[in-house]
Amino acid sequence: MTIAEPSTPVQHEAEHGDHPPFIAHHFEDANHQFESGKLGMWIFLVTEILFFSGMFCAYAVYRSMHPEIFSYAAQFLDSKLGGINTVVLICSSLTAAWSVRCAQLGQRKGLILTLALTIIGAFGFLGIKYVEYSHKFHDGLLPGKYYQVQSESVADVGLAPSVTGAEGDAATTEADSGAAGAHAAVEDEHAGSHAPAEGPEPDNVKIFFGIYFAMTGVHGLHVIIGIGVYIWLLFRAIRGDFRPDYYGPVDFTALYWHLVDLIWIFLFPLLYLIH
Amino acid sequence: MSTTQTSVAVGAEVEPDYLACSKGWKSWLFTLDHKRIGVMYLIAISASFFLGGLFALGIRLELFHPGEDFVDADGYNQLFTLHGAVMVFLFIIPGIPAALGNFVLPLMLGAKDVAFPRMNLASFWLWMFGAVFFVAVLASGGLDTGWTFYTPYSVEAQTAVIAAATGAFILGFSSIFTGINFIVTIHKMRPVGMTWFRMPLFLWGMYATAIIQVLATPVLGITLLLLVFERLTGAGIFDPNNGGDPILYQHFFWFYSHPAVYIMILPAMAIVSELVSVFSRKPIFGYKMIAYSSVAIALLGFLVWGHHMFTSGESKVAAAIFSALTFSVSIPSAIKVFNWLATMYKGSISLATPMLYALAFIFLFLIGGLTGLFLGTLSTDVHLHDTYFVVAHFHYVMVGGTLFAFLGGLHYWWPKMFGRMYSEKGAAISCLVAFAGFNIAFFPMFPLGAKGMPRRYWYYLEQDFISYHQLATVGTVLLGFGLLGIVIVLLRSLKSGEKAPANPWGGATMEWDAASPPIHHNFHHTPPVHDPYRFDDLRRDPATGNYSRTDAAEPVSSH
Repeated sequence: MTIAEPSTPVQHEAEHGDHPPFIAHHFEDANHQFESGKLGMWIFLVTEILFFSGMFCAYAVYRSMHPEIFSYAAQFLDSKLGGINTVVLICSSLTAAWSVRCAQLGQRKGLILTLALTIIGAFGFLGIKYVEYSHKFHDGLLPGKYYQVQSESVADVGLAPSVTGAEGDAATTEADSGAAGAHAAVEDEHAGSHAPAEGPEPDNVKIFFGIYFAMTGVHGLHVIIGIGVYIWLLFRAIRGDFRPDYYGPVDFTALYWHLVDLIWIFLFPLLYLIH
Repeated sequence: MSTTQTSVAVGAEVEPDYLACSKGWKSWLFTLDHKRIGVMYLIAISASFFLGGLFALGIRLELFHPGEDFVDADGYNQLFTLHGAVMVFLFIIPGIPAALGNFVLPLMLGAKDVAFPRMNLASFWLWMFGAVFFVAVLASGGLDTGWTFYTPYSVEAQTAVIAAATGAFILGFSSIFTGINFIVTIHKMRPVGMTWFRMPLFLWGMYATAIIQVLATPVLGITLLLLVFERLTGAGIFDPNNGGDPILYQHFFWFYSHPAVYIMILPAMAIVSELVSVFSRKPIFGYKMIAYSSVAIALLGFLVWGHHMFTSGESKVAAAIFSALTFSVSIPSAIKVFNWLATMYKGSISLATPMLYALAFIFLFLIGGLTGLFLGTLSTDVHLHDTYFVVAHFHYVMVGGTLFAFLGGLHYWWPKMFGRMYSEKGAAISCLVAFAGFNIAFFPMFPLGAKGMPRRYWYYLEQDFISYHQLATVGTVLLGFGLLGIVIVLLRSLKSGEKAPANPWGGATMEWDAASPPIHHNFHHTPPVHDPYRFDDLRRDPATGNYSRTDAAEPVSSH
């Protein structure tokens, strides 16, 4: 979503004498270019919202059709890690907003610092997400046909999610014996990463994990794209491209970053805080 | 902003045009010039159209006799799927906006380029990339789900669903990029004096189209992504075997794909609005109503997707509401048709080839639109659903509407794009052959469907249906000859056509102020803004065939 031409200033001055190097030839002035870029970014964000809306819609449909799946399966999510991640992402949004201010004021050092902090926050988010995902992978809490717990967990823990839908009955019978001890093994391994499951397992718990991985996965992909763009901005900031009358890319990327943040702020309670 | 405009093409001889200003394939593939990107799109979508047309010919030849002639049942499923998918995703949706729109839109604004030239190029590359996936589908087991990818079959099918869905996903991005670009360009690049209601109606149509592209396409994107996810993991979102809901897939799919129908038809209407006015030498009748009706169609188009699902098991209440909303779309559509007719009334109509296409469009769109009402009515749709009546209906809108308007626009702007006039006689004959062939091919499908022939069937009852099918096949071949004629006429013009003047048709919109073909930066100075539908101050010079403004012509910006 950048507008500036990549060519060197010298070429540009030669071609369009009255244009500063950062203004593309078809714009009248810096403001015209900035306003156009900003409108383009907002429209792009609208497409992003609609892109996610498909999954929010699927979430709403399945949650209203199968509330029991959601309230059961959400127990396996770690709301502590999710909460930390929310804070991390909000902080990186703050530094992103700060970077815009630095760019506006021409504070190059502040800009580099805040951009770097934003990138660190984004990596922090992904790191925590990786820890969460690896727990899910380890426990077999995965979408569709990959949804299965490890064999010893099935044997030990009556309530552990199981592959076939018919296991619901089995879970009920075993619930008498082992509700309290449920997930003891898992808890030992992950130091209390999630609370023991309550009640019998409903059918098709895997739908929840399908939606969970689809939503957080696509969100994570947006974080990765954001990191890529921020690294590019950092590179340009070090090169000294940005100045008070040319900071569009910093501004537009921050808008994108806030949207990624905002989507997570919806995802977190919808997925983690069902109880 | 410049203040005066002396002669139209002064300096065009000095500065080379956009086709000649740089050479080599790199100067094309990496160009940021909207005109070159438009031309590349034109070539690319024409190639796709040719491919989709071959599939169509295969379908029609197979149906000449019931039962297996030269493809088996599975082969037939692949033929109609690939025909639909290629035509929809690679030709009709990008067709007018990306090829003609890209070329004309900045010129009509007197601008040097679209707002984001690099995003424009990215859009073309994404299109090429997505098209490669579609070609990969051909090589890797084909696709037999129908272009709609309905679940659960698309989850189970042994064909290359993932490659096709990925291709459509990428093409969606290409479409979104074009949409964002056009919205921003129209908002921000209008010259001083061109208010919203002094814009050419083509721009209104492009704007409405871009709104749909931006709002609907992401939903298709996530739908296809979830479909691929479902296929890979069995996540149970759309597949009932895993607790999913196939109706939800249909809702998602049509939430995009019904508005997409208007991505196809709105640009066509936009072209016709220009053609009818220019070739009647009369200001467009009801300018504001045509402009508003484009936006109304775009917005109402989002509220009618459920009419594709009357027989899919949606609730009766939902079906009744969707039916009523569907009828509401016919109001802005009818407003346009009435206004075109009123524009022609007492006009000085010239039957140049672009106007022939415009007339063909009005005639065919009328049939296509009115038969849509049969399908929007619940009781008749239960009978007609998934029959050849539906096939005939949407071909009248998509081919009779969009394709004919596209060809009309192509003939209209061809002199501007390539600086050559084509043989008027050859073009007119090709147009008439295509028109006749189209009607012979598709009109029989209305009674065929009403009598009960289901769509997508390979076999049919010989005694009842064979005459309709054979007539349709003959018509298809005739349509093919007409299209071939168009290609020959246009390509010959590049070699031996007369040099085109800047304004051969007497259009009053700003692209005709540029040279034919335009220079790299379009204009030396932004031309003054005139009323886009005022023709009485344009005079034709018999020697050059060029129209230019008389001294009395007053630009609207100088007040």
